[in-house]
Formats: sequence, C-alpha cells, structure tokens
Amino acid sequence: MVQISEIPTGPNEMILNLGPQHPSTHGVCRLVLRTDGEKVLNIEPVIGYLHRGIEKLAENRTYIQFLPLTDRLDYVAAMGNNMPYAMAIEDLMEIEVPERAEYIRVIMLELQRLASHLLFVATFGADLGAWTVLMYGFRERERILDLLEMVSGGRLLYSYIYPGGVRYDLPEGFVEKCRKTLKELPKYFEDYNDYFYSNEIFLKRCEGVGVLKAEDAINLGITGPILRACGAPHDLRKDDPYSIYDQLDFKVITEKEGDTLARFNVRMGEIYESINIVNQALDSLPEGDFRAKVPKVLKPPPGAVYSRTEAPRGELSIYLLSDGESKNPYRLKIRSPSFCNLSAFPFFAEGDILANVVANFAGIDIVLGDVDR
Amino acid sequence: MILDNPLVLALVKGIVGVIILISFISLNVLFLTWYERKVIARIQVRYGPNRAGKFGLLQPLADTAKLLAKEDIVPEKADRAVFTFAPATAFAVALLPTMAIPFASGLIVSDLNIGILYIIAVSSLATIPVIMGGWGSNNKYTLLGGMRTIAQSISYEIPFVLSIIGVVALAGSLSMVQIINAQTNIWYVFLQPLGFVVFFIAMIAETSRIPFDLPESESELVAGFHTEYSGMKFAMFLFAEYIHMVVASALLVILFFGGWNIPFITLPVIAQAVVFIGKMYVVMTVMIWIRGTLPRITIVQMTSIGWKVLIPLALLNIMITGIFMSL
Repeated sequence: MVQISEIPTGPNEMILNLGPQHPSTHGVCRLVLRTDGEKVLNIEPVIGYLHRGIEKLAENRTYIQFLPLTDRLDYVAAMGNNMPYAMAIEDLMEIEVPERAEYIRVIMLELQRLASHLLFVATFGADLGAWTVLMYGFRERERILDLLEMVSGGRLLYSYIYPGGVRYDLPEGFVEKCRKTLKELPKYFEDYNDYFYSNEIFLKRCEGVGVLKAEDAINLGITGPILRACGAPHDLRKDDPYSIYDQLDFKVITEKEGDTLARFNVRMGEIYESINIVNQALDSLPEGDFRAKVPKVLKPPPGAVYSRTEAPRGELSIYLLSDGESKNPYRLKIRSPSFCNLSAFPFFAEGDILANVVANFAGIDIVLGDVDR
Repeated sequence: MILDNPLVLALVKGIVGVIILISFISLNVLFLTWYERKVIARIQVRYGPNRAGKFGLLQPLADTAKLLAKEDIVPEKADRAVFTFAPATAFAVALLPTMAIPFASGLIVSDLNIGILYIIAVSSLATIPVIMGGWGSNNKYTLLGGMRTIAQSISYEIPFVLSIIGVVALAGSLSMVQIINAQTNIWYVFLQPLGFVVFFIAMIAETSRIPFDLPESESELVAGFHTEYSGMKFAMFLFAEYIHMVVASALLVILFFGGWNIPFITLPVIAQAVVFIGKMYVVMTVMIWIRGTLPRITIVQMTSIGWKVLIPLALLNIMITGIFMSL
C-alpha cells in the first residue's frame, strides 16, 4: 500500500490528520487525508491505537477465562462476539447444545443486532449534523439494553453466550417484557422513517456517496450490510446456517445502489427483520436445559476449527487451534468484519469532498475495538 | 452649562445609548444561550440545564464564570496578534449593526437615513474575524473552517442583499424606521413572500447555523475556525454568534413582519418594544427548531443552492416587484 506521506504534496495540497481524536471517527481511528481544498485525494487509515493483543492474550488464558475478552472486540455488539467463540469450542469438543439454549442465543443475537443498528442510526445522524437523531437512537437502544441487562446483568459486556449453551436461564417475566418492547419499538421507528425519508437534505447527503459495485465489494472482502447494500444477498444466517437460523423464516435485506443511502436502508430493514426473528423464536421457545453439561475446566482434543457467524457488522469468524494438552488455546485468530471493511474504505471514498468522506465513514459503521483487537 | 453645547449633548446621548444597547443585547444573548439549550433539549427528549437556579436560568452566568476561570491558551505556532485580536474583532463587529436597529419608535441609537445599507455593510464584516481566527490559529481544521466561511459569505451575501431590494422598493426608503412605518397596516411578508423565503434562507446561512453551519461543523472540522480557542476568547466568538442571531431575527421582523406594528392597532412605546422582542423570539425559536431537525449540507450543495437557486429567485422577486409597482 502506498504511504500517503511518500506522495509529494502539490502546491495547494495538504496532509490532514482526521483523528485519532476526532468526533466522527467513533473511537481512535486515524485517517490520513491528502486534500486539495475540500477535495480528498487520498485516504490512508492508520490503526492500532486500540490494540490490546487479544489474540495473544488468548494463548495465556484458559478457554473460559478468554470468554469475557471476546466481549471487548466489538463492544457495541458483545453478544455477537461470544457466539463464534462458543461455537468453536462446541465444535472442537463435540458438545450438543440443548434446543432451548439455541433459541435463547438467537433471541439475544437478534436483540443485539437491533441495538447495534440503532446505535448506527444514532451516530450516523450525528455525523451528518442531525444531533436530535442521536438522542432518539440511544433512547430506543436503551430499551434493548434493559432486556439484555435483565438476562445477563451487564449492559454493555455480557459474556452471556457460554460454551454449551447460555450462562443463565431466562429470568421470570422476560418473555412478556421482550414481547411488549418489540411491540412498542416499531412505533418509534416510524418516526425515523418520517425523519429520514422525508428529509431532502438527508437524502441528498447520502445518495451516490461511496458507490461500490458488488463485484468490487466481494473482491475487497467486504461483508455484512455493506455487501448486501451492493446487491449481493450474502448472509451467513442463510448461506451457512448456524444455531436454529435454518428453522426460522426471515428475509435477507438487499439494495441495489451500493451507496451510503443503500447501506442505511439495509440496516433499517434489518431492524424490522430482527424484530420478526425474535418474535418467531419467542413463539416457539421450547422448555428444557439452558446449558449442556460441560466440564468446569475445558480441555478440548487436538484439532482446529473455524466458526463463522453473521455479526451485525458482517462476518465474524474465529479460528481456534488446540494442541490437546494445555488448558489454553494454542492459537486463536479472529476475522473481524470492521477490519476488513475499513481496509477497503479508501477504495470507495477517495476523490470525494471532506463532508462526504465523513458521511461515508459513518456509513460503514466500524467499531475500533473490532478493528484493532 | 456644558450640556448646552449641542455637540456635547449628542456625544453624551450617544454614549448612554450605546451603553444601554450593549447591556440590552448582552442580556438577550445570555438569555438566548439558556433558551436555545432548553428548546433543543426538549426537541431531543432531554431536560436541558436545570441545576443552576430556577429552571437552570443561572446557567449562562455559571458558564461565563467557568469560561473566565479557564486557562487562556495560545498555540505556540499561532500568529499571536491575529489570534488574540480575532475574538475581540468578532465581538465588536457583531455589535455594530445593532446601532441602527429600532426596538420601538424612538428607541434607536441612530436613525440613519441609509439604515439598511449600513447594516448590510457592517454585517458583511463579520467574515473577517472568522478568517483571522482560522488563519491565525495555524491549524488545518481552522484554516478549512475559515475558507468555508469565505465561500459561504460570498455565496449568500448576494441573495441576502437582493432579497431586501423588493422591500426597499415598496417602502421607498432605506431608513429602518420608515420601512417599519410603511408596514403599519400590512406586513411585507404578504407582499413579498418570495423575497421572504430567500431572505430567511440567506439569513440562516449568514448566521452559520444548521443546516449551514459549515464553518464549524463538528463532525468534519472538530470545531471549525474556533478549534484552538479556549476560555474567554472562545466565549467572545460564541457571544458574537448569538449577537448575529439576535440581529438577524430583528432584521427579519423589521423587514417582513412590520417591526413593532400590529395591524390597525396603535401601541404605546413600551408595548411596541414588547411586541418587537416577542416577534424576535418567535423567529429565533424557528431558527432553533430548524437546528433541532435538519442535518448539515455539504459545501457543494451550499454553493449550488446559493448561486443556482437563491440568486435567480431573488432576481425574479425584484422583477415581479418592479412590474407590480409600475402598474
């Protein structure tokens, strides 16, 4: 990759550091921009400000001790991070997960997707200068967090999805409260539709910004809502179903345009789809154990597994290698969606004006904990 | 008596007038900071300031005290003189147009016979301190903010002035008081709807408020031209911005909503002032409301709206006014 600092700067050009401390980088990402006035000629994402060495830490933790660290990857969608790790261990140890546990997992994963997409809507509005939306998005997300707090005790980091099932059974009154919340939320989403789709400025800000073709997106390794916004109906919940997703009836939301507006539309569509999935899972929630019998100290047989899940931001996968002797993973590799999406960002953002680069950056919705690991 | 000398008398009158005016404007600005935060908070389902004093009314004073106590930082590489003078200039320049604004009949520091021309002239000076701050800070973000201000004021000064021509033609005078007196029975908003729309949009752009707050767009340029300012210097910029808002709303009331007039009713002076300020606050509430609902536009959209939409509309308005007046 070309280092921007090595490109000679023209007479009207300057190098602008967007970040690492900047209101719209959503964390500590630094974008080095070569600009000509308002026009951005080159972009170079500089990452590593939030690097904690989680992959290496895994090699010095027991399997269960590492579970809370997975929460800290994509910290606004922590349930989604627990899932591939739990699945990897179950694959390796051939643990049969009880059906009730799978249903609870899917409910939690979809609630988490809802919360994560609501956060996207909120911060996306703020990045376009519409601060009111920020408050609205957080207000609705709060309702979801209340539900997740009810089951796990945590509001941000849960460690709830556990190898062999889930950590606790659903508390009393959860199903009723969840149904009530999901019934009330769409009323608020109507407000979002009114706000965004009848707002000429919003539409003009998003249309045609950061256009990406499906072919390019696939070649760049982009996954998740950004890929679906290009028209490629790739969703691991359908393409490589895990848990009980193959028994549920839901649509994969796609758009054709591949611009920022399409990305926004896909996420808005997925919000409704997630509500649908949770309702279905609640309807057919079976009785039974919430966790399989797993030993206190996990010691998987030697071997390697690769587990793939569809996290809110794209494909989140974990490669786990066990040597069969120690209580720690021998090697753990995380394929995080934000990292891959960010690395492709310059491809479809260069050559635009500064304001659109910010809108575009907000549209890919990355979390720096997920990028740096 | 020394006061018998007409020159001295005029001087004393002027100084007293200016002192009263500045206190009045400052009081309004302090109240406005509270009012804006409160209204925005209500739009955003929050409470807003509610700790200092009843309903948080003392919050502006607390903020001022805090800003006074803050360390005054001048960046090492900044152009010290320009950096220091920019906020003071901003404050002074913002106050200049208030001189020619009549708050009630007789309540005006100086009833210039070219009042509106004077206001347009001095309000376009407001660009200079912003550029001074943007350039003097020696920071890339502030520089971009300053450049955007230039682009914005060039694009919107023209429709701003052109939209006023219709009003001036109808009133047949450039004096603020006479423009108001000409609207005793009918407000110009009904006679000049197109001019009103153009003026209102250009006015929001001139005061750099959302959706036209490009010079200080926080999600792109951190804080735009005042990124490097802190403490009282920052407060001066903030103060200047709110004064612009007060002036802009006063102008709108004078030009299109009949100033202190309520049609077919003759009011005493005190009631006139109350009506005038009441109308101003209605206009400012609408401006705050717009801030609470709209996202920011980009610089490309900003210039294209200015040149391709507002200027032709303003010219069309002048033509229509001319045709109707010659009938």
